[in-house]
This record gives sequence, structure tokens and C-alpha cells, in this order.
Amino acid sequence: MSKQLSLKMPKARTERAEESKFILEASHLGQLLSALIGKGYRAIGPTVRDGAIVYDELHSLRDLPVGYTDEQAPGCYRLEKGGGRAFFNYTVGPQSWKKFLHPPSLRLWKADREDHRFQVVQEIEQTTKFAFLGVRSCELQAILIQDKVFMGGQFVDPVYQACRDNIFVVAVNCTKPGGTCFCQSMGTGPKATVGFDLALTEVLEAKAHYFVLEVGSKKGAEVLAEIPYRQADKKRIQTANRILARSAKRMGRAMDQTNLKELLYKNYEHPRWKEVASRCLSCANCTMACPTCFCTTVEDLTDLTGQHAERWRKWDSCFAMDFSYIYGGSVRRSVKSRYRQWMTHKLATWVDQFGMSGCVGCGRCITWCPVGIDITEEVRAIRGQTSKPKSPKSYKEKN
Amino acid sequence: MSISTENPMLTTPFRIKGVRKETHDTFTLELESQNGKFSFEPGQFNMLYVYGIGEVPISISSDPTKPDGRLTHTAREVGVVTKAMKQMRTGDTLGVRGPFGTRWPLEEAVGRDVVIVTGGIGLAPLRPALYQLIAKRNQYRKVVLLYGARTPDEILYQKELQKWGGEFDLEVHVTVDRATGAWRGNVGVVTTLISRALFDPSNAIAMVCGPEIMMRYTIQELGKRGISNERIYVSMERNMKCAIGFCGHCQFGPMFVCQDGPVFQFNQIAPFFGKQEV
Repeated sequence: MSKQLSLKMPKARTERAEESKFILEASHLGQLLSALIGKGYRAIGPTVRDGAIVYDELHSLRDLPVGYTDEQAPGCYRLEKGGGRAFFNYTVGPQSWKKFLHPPSLRLWKADREDHRFQVVQEIEQTTKFAFLGVRSCELQAILIQDKVFMGGQFVDPVYQACRDNIFVVAVNCTKPGGTCFCQSMGTGPKATVGFDLALTEVLEAKAHYFVLEVGSKKGAEVLAEIPYRQADKKRIQTANRILARSAKRMGRAMDQTNLKELLYKNYEHPRWKEVASRCLSCANCTMACPTCFCTTVEDLTDLTGQHAERWRKWDSCFAMDFSYIYGGSVRRSVKSRYRQWMTHKLATWVDQFGMSGCVGCGRCITWCPVGIDITEEVRAIRGQTSKPKSPKSYKEKN
Repeated sequence: MSISTENPMLTTPFRIKGVRKETHDTFTLELESQNGKFSFEPGQFNMLYVYGIGEVPISISSDPTKPDGRLTHTAREVGVVTKAMKQMRTGDTLGVRGPFGTRWPLEEAVGRDVVIVTGGIGLAPLRPALYQLIAKRNQYRKVVLLYGARTPDEILYQKELQKWGGEFDLEVHVTVDRATGAWRGNVGVVTTLISRALFDPSNAIAMVCGPEIMMRYTIQELGKRGISNERIYVSMERNMKCAIGFCGHCQFGPMFVCQDGPVFQFNQIAPFFGKQEV
């Protein structure tokens, strides 16, 4: 489409920013989905299952949780169908995109035995082209963090890379943060700024329902060219900006980043670790729900004949007792040391390992903790600030 | 080298060329690669896979200066995998991934005294360093090996220890925790040897490998003699599932022992070393 060309024309920065925004009518969202499927992508997005928003295959817009809202608090998740036409009026559920890019269970290779020898057969998997529809800004940041883990070092995880290189990302900016969200204070949201092919901000008014759309890549522009859209006008852009600005102020929680790494490095012996251990069940829910936690274990198996062996990689958790097992016993025997390991890794040692925090402020570890342990609260406690949870309102005032 | 760049989790079958019983619970496996080559640095380790049972990190204990591809590992039977490994025989096949990790500071030690303090099977990862020190003996000043075992029967590489002390201008002191039978040597923990070993602390590099508690007291004693943390190197052990920085198991503070270690300059890890359950 000829409108695309205007993207490249030299203009004043603000004007150009406006010109690179488009309007996609809500009634045309289905065409975006069809265009992606038509391009050979397996479309994945939010859908309702077992009373929660999960990420699964989208065949049509009917699979999206239209009219649903969620309520999240420490140890609490409620999904409600309040009605209405909004497509994305909820925040993140228990799952993240990690389950596609870094599968929970994966066969790494097979081996067959003959007499005293064995032959290793590499797993050759057909790489699926995924289109992720509805990726929130915090989740995009989590993907960028895992990129660093699996592709940024001496070794590259070939499974991750093959999948990662082929994804198409439709980001959805958060217009309604949840009770356990704190992306604003982590600098990871609520608006997607990098890493997307297309980004949408949903605007639902009395007589209008549309998305303000941004293009983040050439791939994004190519898909946009296949669906109906128009140049965004100033008024609609301002409306979307206003919604996002309001969203940033409505975070349920906040985490103070000031000298956080140094703080945790200094406080390996803080009494709070013992206190939090008295509540922590060491169940590993936080690590499974976390979009950046990357730890795995391997399992070696044989069939009954012993002639065929396999090696599987599975998600693991630093909360498991045998995670740190070496001869003589586990290094981290107490829950206290395991919670300390998890939180110190996430917020401090991660920075030294990968040059960024391991936390994106999505709040999943707070919501899905069966006893409601709140990582933002634990940070405040280590800082020696109040240990009494503040109400969301006080954050609103503070921010 | 036996790391596939395409898939670093893929193991390569090596033929077992020889099995040697060292002590009642330790053994040495000699492996042979298909192309007869395997280069590594002293201090590095391999992930050894026993078919259908599992994979464990084991230090390389052979001579890095010999390009004949002779690759040995000395292991102690402590778990399911090493138990199965101990039962393997010449002609069997073992999976190898590696080499991984950091090396002993043999270049940094040129022109200096070298003090090696090891306990038990901790001698195995230092044997490649000793081979290299001996091969380039004139580049180093005094070389001192202090080795502690639980009992005289548990002394590793006994013949080589005698040879090193006798033939190669190495000062070798061996001690046992408990003397038995005809033992006439030192009795006591290895740290007791440090105060009387002859080396110049102002110009010495120390390489330490053993149980963490042994390393902690060794570092204290070396410190008392005047070797600063920057000139002490230790080899750490942690649970490892991948050896390529992905599985997360081997973390020690901000370090991945598989990649940042296993050999660390002690000042790098001093803030975490000795802390409980890190």
C-alpha cells in the first residue's frame, strides 16, 4: 500500500512518530489473525481455560477472551466475564510465551545400542513458525532476557534459536494493569517499545472500538499491508496515549530499583530470609510461572530392552531440594537458602550474569504463590522498610 | 574437542581403552576418541555419559602436553552414574561432551613458585597441571605438592607421587588423616603441611582442590604464610546438568561454575565462599 511509503519520508520527529501510527478497526482484527495464519504462522494468543487466561492456538477471534477481566492479588486470581466487547481487558495469566520458546519438556536426542557401542541420533524437529498475538510489554522484555540467556553467551541453544528466529510478535499494550503488576517501576511497561513486529493499543469508547497500531519491523509492515487500516489521527493517538499514561499510574505494586543489586549482595545473612522461609512452601510455582526463569534438568531414560535410550530436558526449579545436590548432600538444604537463591538471582546476580535484571514486573510470582509471598514486599523488608503490605492505593498516590 | 557447536548437548561416543582401579572406591578410565585427538587445558572437565543412566561432570586427569589423544578421568564411586562407570570395561563406550571450563593458571605461574594443595580425589584435576609443570619445569621456580588422603590406602596415583618427588625436582609431601599398617609418613590434615613447606610466599601461586572445608582452611593457612587471595586458585564443585550455562544448577553467587569455573581466582569468589548454603 502506498501509505507505507510515508514511513520512510523525512519528517520532524514528532510528526513522523504520529505518521507511523495507524488505526485498525476492532472489526478488522480478525483479518490480522487470518493474514498471520495465511502466511503460515501458527497463531497463539490468550484464551480461556480452567478459569484462567492461557496461551494456546487461535483459530478465530472467538477464541480470544472477549469481555473477560481478571482480578489479581497475592495468591489470588479470579477471571470474570463482565461482558463488553474488549479483546484485551485483562493482564497476564499463569503461563508465559516461555512454554513455546523454551518448552517445559523436550527430547534432546536418542541413542541406540549395539553390543558395546551406542549411536547418538540428533533430534531433528520441524520448527514451527509461531505468531504470538497479545504479547504484553513485560513479556516482550522477558523474551529479550531469555534471548540473552540462550543466545547471548559462548553457547547457543539451537532449539530456542530456531523457534525464536521465526516468531511474529503482535504486542498488546496494557491498558488495565493488574493488582500484582509492577512493570512501570521495572521500566518494562506498560507500553511495548522494542521487540515487536506490530503493537496494538485497544481503545473502546461508546461509539468506537479500534486499535492504535504501530509497526516495529519490516515483517510487521508486510503483514499490515494485507489488512485494512488507515493513518492514525492526532485525536485517536492522544486518546491511546492518555489511556497508557493512566495505566502506568495504576500499577498494583512497585519495586524500588535503587542499588537493589548491592542491597541483596550485602544481605545474604538478613533475618528476613528466615522469616520468608517460614511462609514459603518451596513449591516452585513462582519459577514455573516466571517468564524469565530458565533452569532445567535432564532425564536419561531407556526402554525395557535397554537397546534404546533418550535424553530429555525438563524445566527445573531452584526451589527443589535436589537442584543443588552434589555428593554428600544438597548445597541448599534449607528453604531459606533456596528462597534467597531465587530472589537474589532474579534481582542481583542476574545483573552480573546477563547485564540486566531477571525480573520484568509481571507479578506472576506474587499471584501464583499459594501463600501470597510478594517479591516487592520482600525487597522492602530487606531494605528495612515497613513489612506491612501497602494497599494498591498508596502506590497510586506515590506514583 | 567434543562439543558440537550445532547442538552442544549432543554427546560423542568414546571407546574405553583401559580401566584402572586406583583405591577401593576410585578408578581411572582411559578413553579413546574416534579420531584419536582430544585437546584440553589443565583444570577443565568433561561431561561423561553412561548409556541410559546419566551424565556427570568429571575432571580430566591426563597429560595435556601429549598430543596422542590419551584422555583419562579419575572418578570416585559416589552415585548412580559413577557406580555404573566403575563397572565399565575395556571396549565399552562412554559418551563425552567437553572440554568445559577454566584452566589452572600455569601461564600466570611462570617465573614463580607453585604451591599445590589437594585433598583426596582433588589430586585428579591437578594432575594435568603437574604434568605441564614437569614438562616445562625450567619455567617455574619451586614446585611444591601437598597432598592429604584419609588413609594410606586412599592415596591416589601412589607410584607417580613417588616419581614426582624423586625424579622431577618437586617437593612432595603426603599426609594421611589416619595412619594404618606400615605408614611412617605424616599424619594430620593437609593444612598442617603448609606452614613448613618451602616456598617464597611473596612470589608464589597456589592451586587448591579438595572438599570445601579443606579449601577454606587451606586458604587461611596460605594467607598466614602471606599468599594473597589474587594468587590463590581453587577448583569448585557444583551440580551440573548442561555445562554450557543453561541449566542454572551450578550457580555460585553470580558465577556459573561450568563456565566461569571450575577454577577460580579466589578473590573472585571470596565474598561467597564459606557462606552457608550459597
